[in-house]
Amino acid sequence: MTNNKKRIVIIGATSAIAEHCARFWVDDAAVDMTLVGRDISKIERVAQDLRVRSPQSVIHVLESKFTDSIAIRQLVDRVIAGGIVNIVLIAHGTLPDQIECQTDLSANQEALIVNGISPMLFAEAFVGHMQKANSGTLAIIGSVAGDRGRRSNYVYGAAKGLVTRYAQGLQHRLASTDVKIVLIKPGPTDTPMTMHLKQQGSHLANVEDVSRLIVKAINQGKSVVYAPTKWTLIMMVVRHLPKFIFDKLDI
Amino acid sequence: MVEVSSWGMLGSWEHEVLALSDRHHVVHQLKSSRSGIAHGMGRSYGDVCLNPGGVLWKTTELDRFISLDESTGRLVCEAGVLLRDIQRLVIPRGWILPVTPGTQLVTVGGAIANDVHGKNHHMFSTFGDHVRGIILVRTDGTIIECGPDFQTEWFSATVGGLGLTGVITEAEIQLRKVSGPWLDAETLPYANLNEFFQLANASETEWEHTVSWIDCLSGKNARGIFMRANPINLINHPEPKSHKRTIRFVPPVSLVNHLTLRPFNAAYFNFKKRQAGKRIVHYEPFFYPLDNLLEWNRMYGPHGFYQYQSVVPLKVGNDAVQAMLREIKKTGEGSFLAVLKTFGDRQSVGMMSFPRQGVTMALDFPNQGDKTLKLFASLDAIVREAGGRIYLAKDARMSRDLFETGYPRLNEFLHYRDLGISSAMSRRLIGS
Ligand SMILES: Cc1cc2nc3c(=O)[nH]c(=O)nc-3n(C[C@H](O)[C@H](O)[C@H](O)COP(=O)(O)OP(=O)(O)OC[C@H]3O[C@@H](n4cnc5c(N)ncnc54)[C@H](O)[C@@H]3O)c2cc1C
Repeated sequence: MTNNKKRIVIIGATSAIAEHCARFWVDDAAVDMTLVGRDISKIERVAQDLRVRSPQSVIHVLESKFTDSIAIRQLVDRVIAGGIVNIVLIAHGTLPDQIECQTDLSANQEALIVNGISPMLFAEAFVGHMQKANSGTLAIIGSVAGDRGRRSNYVYGAAKGLVTRYAQGLQHRLASTDVKIVLIKPGPTDTPMTMHLKQQGSHLANVEDVSRLIVKAINQGKSVVYAPTKWTLIMMVVRHLPKFIFDKLDI
Repeated sequence: MVEVSSWGMLGSWEHEVLALSDRHHVVHQLKSSRSGIAHGMGRSYGDVCLNPGGVLWKTTELDRFISLDESTGRLVCEAGVLLRDIQRLVIPRGWILPVTPGTQLVTVGGAIANDVHGKNHHMFSTFGDHVRGIILVRTDGTIIECGPDFQTEWFSATVGGLGLTGVITEAEIQLRKVSGPWLDAETLPYANLNEFFQLANASETEWEHTVSWIDCLSGKNARGIFMRANPINLINHPEPKSHKRTIRFVPPVSLVNHLTLRPFNAAYFNFKKRQAGKRIVHYEPFFYPLDNLLEWNRMYGPHGFYQYQSVVPLKVGNDAVQAMLREIKKTGEGSFLAVLKTFGDRQSVGMMSFPRQGVTMALDFPNQGDKTLKLFASLDAIVREAGGRIYLAKDARMSRDLFETGYPRLNEFLHYRDLGISSAMSRRLIGS
């Protein structure tokens, strides 16, 4: 029975965006889904919810370290041993405090590793298998922050910029295959990660709307998607602003 | 700090918003926070869910299902789950929430804390009547599991307890069997209050859902439209398409005023009258007619609006409603949304629950300052004289005195209050 269900793997499944994507997937059809996270009791809570929503789906949970290349390789090999994967969503990340990153190098390092290096290692580990199978979609959550370094969050932005370049490279590498690489760039979204932004009065996108767009983009195999879509235009402007104007902006 | 208002949009106030998203972590979050109040979808009209200058514990991210036993209809979920999401999950599996309010965009926690009622009160009482257990987290770090059969005093303080006894993190609900999403509905115009009471009386044993719209500005006799419905077993009936519309901005003045109101009400009455008779309807438009008109509360303009909902005992019901309508007509104010319904003889589990046997009337009024408050003072006098009470989920201004006479179990309730919790309403009516 399991083998005719779509196989989906989510890394960082307890992130709010990932959790909502998972809900859309199980609502759509019964799936075979593996949720990977750092804290088994939190992943189990998400899994329990998905099982109620879709009793016909099979939901597995796995705990993993996110910054250890050996652990990542082992985890991915183990997941792949269970059969061909149709969709991989790499969704984990943290929103570091920029000022802290400027004064505390270990916080800076941690932010770069969790948001930049770790997702790339997962991507690399999966993509080889997918290339061999010549199928599947690998989606990675980057950020609008990766489009241009800004004083208010360039450490996070740099890590996400790494994700952007990496995804581009993968797209180039796999251009002649049936494997699709989808890079998602959410704008600021209302999740536990951005709670302090909300306190400062920022307008944040609804997590359900963002996740709906992501699921749609993955189904269509789009190469780059901004969510909400208005960020396509906003970031085009931000990327092209001349330096003398950009430098005057407090963003 | 974030500006937050409630559904009536009478103002917006700065709050420190703390999102609760991990049910096992709530106890630590409450312990380390300043005094706050739980806030679900903010679908209460007045100030029960607000705490200006203080903390709001936002519960909408506590939105996970925990278990559903499809053979017994027992659902366990987190308190921030929306009633809409429950309905959409369980109805295709042959179950339904026994009681829901006129919008399904509310949380389970909010439905319990206001002990909400629906169109089937005469048969199924209130929401709290179908809750089998809850987990209540208090700011002193205690966690209390309670229900109708265990720790019952905590349960009856918390059902209808306005969020003041602690934060509910989980609830177990007994669903009801249903064969599908369809209702067999009937629409009947009525020409005066006597006819309304006759219809209500005649419908109570045979019809599960009854409600009426009333034209609060029509002539001497209050005409209206009576609606009643029963679930019906229909297979393969095509689902209706949903058309969502949003009122995108707040107009500079209320669109509801003495120029628009009377013609609208007359037109609505005549439109509905032409629809009189029986038809098959989907539960969503019947139970939640306004949910597809997102943010309709904006049409009342920048000053917001009040809803005035009272219940008065049946034996004085006709006179009291008559008298209230007279006062309203005198001012020419009133609303599109005027609902008249009878409550059955069902004792709510909650000490502070609003429903009691009698007739309940709910009306929206654009906020016109003193003029509106003066009208309410005269309505209050009628409610008091009739021995009735006002619904706290809708209130933002009643006097302490009317509150105390309307809710005779207040002193008993106060034993169970969590002193690390305070809302605008609790300070206004209870003093802390
Ligand atoms: C269009 C419309 C129609 C309505 N129709 C009806 C109706 O027919 N019948 C009816 O009874 N009501 C009706 N209401 C009122 C609505 O059902 C109630 O106000 C409901 O409680 C709102 O739920 P909420 O999730 O928005 O809670 P909020 O408004 O955010 O909060 C309501 C109360 O619940 C408390 N609370 C919320 N979550 C928790 C928690 N987890 N633990 C403890 N306390 C908590 C809050 O502190 C507050 O006291 C209607 C409202 C609208 C807008």
